[in-house]
Amino acid sequence: MEHIVIIGNGISGITAARHIRKLSDKKITVISAESHYFFSRTALMYIYMGHMKFEHTQPYENWFWKKNRIDLKLAYVKSIDTDNKVLHLNSKETLDYDKLIIATGSKPNKFGWPGQDLNGVMGMYHKQDLENLEQHAPNNKVCQHAVIVGGGLIGIELAEMLSSRDISVTFLVRESSFWNGVLPEGESQMINRHIKNHHIDLRLSSNLREIISDENGKVKSVVVDETGEEIRCDIVGLTAGVTPNIDFIKSSNIETDKGVLVNRYLETNIEHVYAIGDCAQQREAIGNRRPIEAVWYTGRMMGETIAQTLCGNRITYNPGHWFNSAKFFDIEYQTYGWVHSEKNKPDYENHFHWKHEDDTKCITIAYHRDSNAFLGINTFGIRMKHEVFDTWLSEKKNMDYVINNLTKANFDPEFYSRFENEILQSCNHEMQTN
Amino acid sequence: MMNSKINHSMSLAKPDAHALSIKQRIAIALGITGLFILALALFNTNFPNKSLFLWLSLGLIFLGTILFANDAYLTKLEGIKNDAVWFKSISSRGTLGWITGIVLTGFYIVLYFYPQYLGLTSDGSSNTGIISLFDPLSYLLSGNPASQWFVYGTLYTVAILAFGYKFMLKYRHNRYQQLRTASVMFFQLGFAFLIPEFMARLNESPNYNLPYYDLKSIWPLNYYLFDSWSINGFLSSGTLGLTLLIFGVVSIFVISPFLTYKYGKRWYCSWVCGCGGLAETAGDPFRHLSSKKLSAWKIERWLIHTVLVFSVIMTTAVVYSFLGKDPNSYWLTQNVFLIGVGVLLSVIFAVVMLFKRDELGKDAKYGAIAYFITIAALIILYYTGTTEKVFLIKSGHLRSAYGLYIGSLFSGVIGTGFYPILGNRVWCRFGCPMAAILGFQQRMFSKFRITTNGGQCISCGNCSTYCEMGIDVRAYAQKGENIVRSSCVGCGICAAVCPRGVLKLENGSMEGRINSNEILLGNDVDLMELVNKR
Repeated sequence: MEHIVIIGNGISGITAARHIRKLSDKKITVISAESHYFFSRTALMYIYMGHMKFEHTQPYENWFWKKNRIDLKLAYVKSIDTDNKVLHLNSKETLDYDKLIIATGSKPNKFGWPGQDLNGVMGMYHKQDLENLEQHAPNNKVCQHAVIVGGGLIGIELAEMLSSRDISVTFLVRESSFWNGVLPEGESQMINRHIKNHHIDLRLSSNLREIISDENGKVKSVVVDETGEEIRCDIVGLTAGVTPNIDFIKSSNIETDKGVLVNRYLETNIEHVYAIGDCAQQREAIGNRRPIEAVWYTGRMMGETIAQTLCGNRITYNPGHWFNSAKFFDIEYQTYGWVHSEKNKPDYENHFHWKHEDDTKCITIAYHRDSNAFLGINTFGIRMKHEVFDTWLSEKKNMDYVINNLTKANFDPEFYSRFENEILQSCNHEMQTN
Repeated sequence: MMNSKINHSMSLAKPDAHALSIKQRIAIALGITGLFILALALFNTNFPNKSLFLWLSLGLIFLGTILFANDAYLTKLEGIKNDAVWFKSISSRGTLGWITGIVLTGFYIVLYFYPQYLGLTSDGSSNTGIISLFDPLSYLLSGNPASQWFVYGTLYTVAILAFGYKFMLKYRHNRYQQLRTASVMFFQLGFAFLIPEFMARLNESPNYNLPYYDLKSIWPLNYYLFDSWSINGFLSSGTLGLTLLIFGVVSIFVISPFLTYKYGKRWYCSWVCGCGGLAETAGDPFRHLSSKKLSAWKIERWLIHTVLVFSVIMTTAVVYSFLGKDPNSYWLTQNVFLIGVGVLLSVIFAVVMLFKRDELGKDAKYGAIAYFITIAALIILYYTGTTEKVFLIKSGHLRSAYGLYIGSLFSGVIGTGFYPILGNRVWCRFGCPMAAILGFQQRMFSKFRITTNGGQCISCGNCSTYCEMGIDVRAYAQKGENIVRSSCVGCGICAAVCPRGVLKLENGSMEGRINSNEILLGNDVDLMELVNKR
C-alpha cells in the first residue's frame, strides 16, 4: 500500500490527509513536532484570552484520527533523503515514504535585531510561543509592560491578547499607518484610532533598534530607532511577518528559495515530493497573488488540491477569487477580490470609500477607472456574503451594479442597522462631484 | 505549561489579572447582602417590617447586579466579552462553580421535597421563614399568602430581569441579542409571573376556579395542563376558563407549529420560554460548559425522545382516566380519545416517513421504534385502563412519577442546579419534551437554518465552545454546511462570537436548506464542482 507522509499537521497538511482518506485507502502518516493533534492556529489567541481551552481549538475529537486511519506521529524531521525516500527524525528513527507532502508552515521573522534571542522575546505563531507567553506574561504583575514590534495581523492580535489581561502595550509599527501596505488609507487610519481607543500605545513610523538585556539574559527594555527612546518592558513580541519554516530542507535536494519551490501542480523539483500551505513558494505567479501566501484559506485549498493529484486526478492549484478576513480588536474585516493600498495600487484601480460616523464601520470598493468593472471590496464592521461577491467577480459586474445591489450581500445578524442606502447616497454624491 | 494554568481555576483567589474592580466588589457585596436577608428569613429571623425587608433584599440583588454589569461592560468598548471565562472559578467548574452548583441543587431539593424548611405550613396557620417574607408581595398581587412556588417564581423573575439587564449590556452591540433578551424578560414578568397572580384574583369570585396558568407554557412542557384539577378548573370558570383551555390546545396544534415553521424553535426556546429565559440570562455565564462530544449528542437524542414518549403516554393515560365511557353523556369518551391520539400519531408518522425518510436517514429506525412503543402503550391502555387504573397501576401514580422524575428532578434539580457544571441548557437539551417536539419540527419542516459564509471559516472553535446546546457548530461551518439541527434554540451566540462573520441565523426557503460540501468556496471552480457533485 502506498505510504503518504505529510510533514506538518496544520490546516494544509490535515486537509490533505482528510481528503486523501476520502478518496483512497492509502497509508497516511502525519508528522508534527508541535502538537499531537490538529488544532486551529488562528485560535491560539483565544486560549490566552480565556475564551477557550486548548482542547476547544481542536476541530476533531481525538478518536477521529484512528477511526479514519490517519497515523499521527509526534516527531521532528531532521532531514529528508529524497534519493532513498527516507525521513530522518530527531529520535534517530527513520521513516520511509512513497510520496511526501511538505506542509511545515511558517515561523516568525527575525531581522537580526540585537537582543532578538533574549529570554522574554517571542513570536506568536506556534503552540510553544503561547506557552512561552503564558510563562512570561501570566498577568500584569509579572509583566507590567509589553512591546510589540511589527504592525500586521499577528501584532494586533498579540496586542489584543495582552490587553485582555490588562497588560499595557507599546506597539511599534514601521509603517506610517497600521497595515497600510495592505489597507487603503481610510481603513488603516480607522484601525489606528480603534487601537488607541483600546489604550494601546501605538507608535507609527517606529522601528526597533535593539532589545536590551538585564543581568539574567532577560529582556529589560527596547530602544526605538527613530527617537532613541528606551522603553522598559518585560516581554517583546516580534510580529514582523512570517517566513517559511523550511530550514531542515535546505540540506536536501529539494529546491528552495524563501519557500519550497513548487510548480502549479504543487510539485517540487523532486518526483513524489510536494509542498503546500505557507511553506510553498509558487515558481509561477497566479494572478495578483503573491508567490508565498501565508493564509489559512490558501493552505486549506492547496490541501484539497494535492489530495486530488495524489489520488490519480492530477490537477493544478487554481484558486478562485481572492478572499480573506481578520478581526482587529472589535472590528471584523472581510475582503473579496482585490482592493490595494495606496502604495500598491495599480493606475487603473479607483476606490470608493464610505465610513460610518461611529468610526467602527467602513467599506472600500475598488473598480476599474475606465471600464467601471468591480475589482473588489473591503468591509469593516459589516458582514458580507462571500458567495455573492464571488459570483459578481466571476460575472464581471460593474461598480454601479454592486453599489445598487449591496443589500444582497449583507450577512449581518437579524435586526442590525443597515447602511446600504447611506452608502448608495454617499456614492452617488461622490460620483456627481467628481 | 499552558494547560496547568487553566486548571488554576480550582483555586478561589486567582493570583492573575482578571481581579474584580473595587466597584465590582462593592456590587457583589450589595447583592450578597440582599441574598443574606433571604438567608436570615430562611432561618426564621422575624423581621419587624416584612415588606420593607423584602423590598430591601430584592432591591439590593437588583442594584448589585446592575452596578456589577455597568462596571464590567460599560467601561469597555462594545464587542465580545469572553475574556477570562475559562480562568474564573465560577465559570470554569472551579471551586466557586461547584459551590454554586451544590447550593442551587440543594435549593431545588428543598423547594420540591421539603418546602416546610422554607416556612410552608400545612395546618392552615400562617407561613414562617422565607415564605412569610414574601407574604406581603403575594397579598399585593393575588390577595393570597405566599407559597414556596410564589417565592420561587419571584426569585426566578428577579434573576431573569437582573441578569437579563447584564446580558443586554454584554451584547449591547448586538440588537438580535438585546431584543431576544427583552422578550424573555417581558414574558417572564408578564406571562409567567404577573398574569397568573392576577388571574388568582378572579378566583375570589365564586364564578371562577382558574388553575395557575402561565399562558406561554405549552404542553408537554406544561405537563399539568391536562390534569383533571386543571381541566375542571378551566371548565368551571365560565367563558374565560374555556377560552384559556382552548388557547392551550390551539397553542399546541396551531400556534406553535406555525411559528416553528416560520422561525424555527427559537421563537419559543430563546424568545419566550421561561426555562430558556433563565438559561439565557442567569445561565449565560455557563453556556460554554455544555459537552460538544459526539457521545453527548447520542445520549441527548436517546434521553430527550424517551422523555417525550413518556410524556405523551402519561398525558394520554391521565386524560383517559377522567373521561367517561358513555358516548351519550359526552362525545369525547375514553375510546374516542384513544383512537384520536392513535390516529394523530399515525398520520404524523406516515407523513414523515413518506416525505422525509431520506432526510432522517438512520434516525428513521429510531423514530419508528418510538412510534410503535407509543402505539403499543395505547393498545395496552385500551385493554387495561379503567377510570381508576391505567396500565394496571393507579393513573395518579404514573402522573406523579412523571412529575417527580421529569418535572422536579430533571428540569429543576439537574436542569438548573447543574448550570455551573454541565452548562445552562441541560434540561432543554436532554430532557424537555417540548424542545423535542419543536426540534423535530425544526429539523423536518421549518424555514429556519444557520447559514455559513462561503469559505471564511477558520475552524477556531468559538462557535462550538459557546453553543449552549453542545452543537459542534464548527463541524458544519468548516465544511460550508448549513446548520439544521433539532436541538438548536437559535440563541445566535455562535454568530455573535464568530470572529470572521461566518454564521447567520436565517429564515429562508425550504429548498436547499440542508446542504453539504466536500470543498469550500474559494478554490478552483472546476474542482469544487467535481468534488461537491454527489
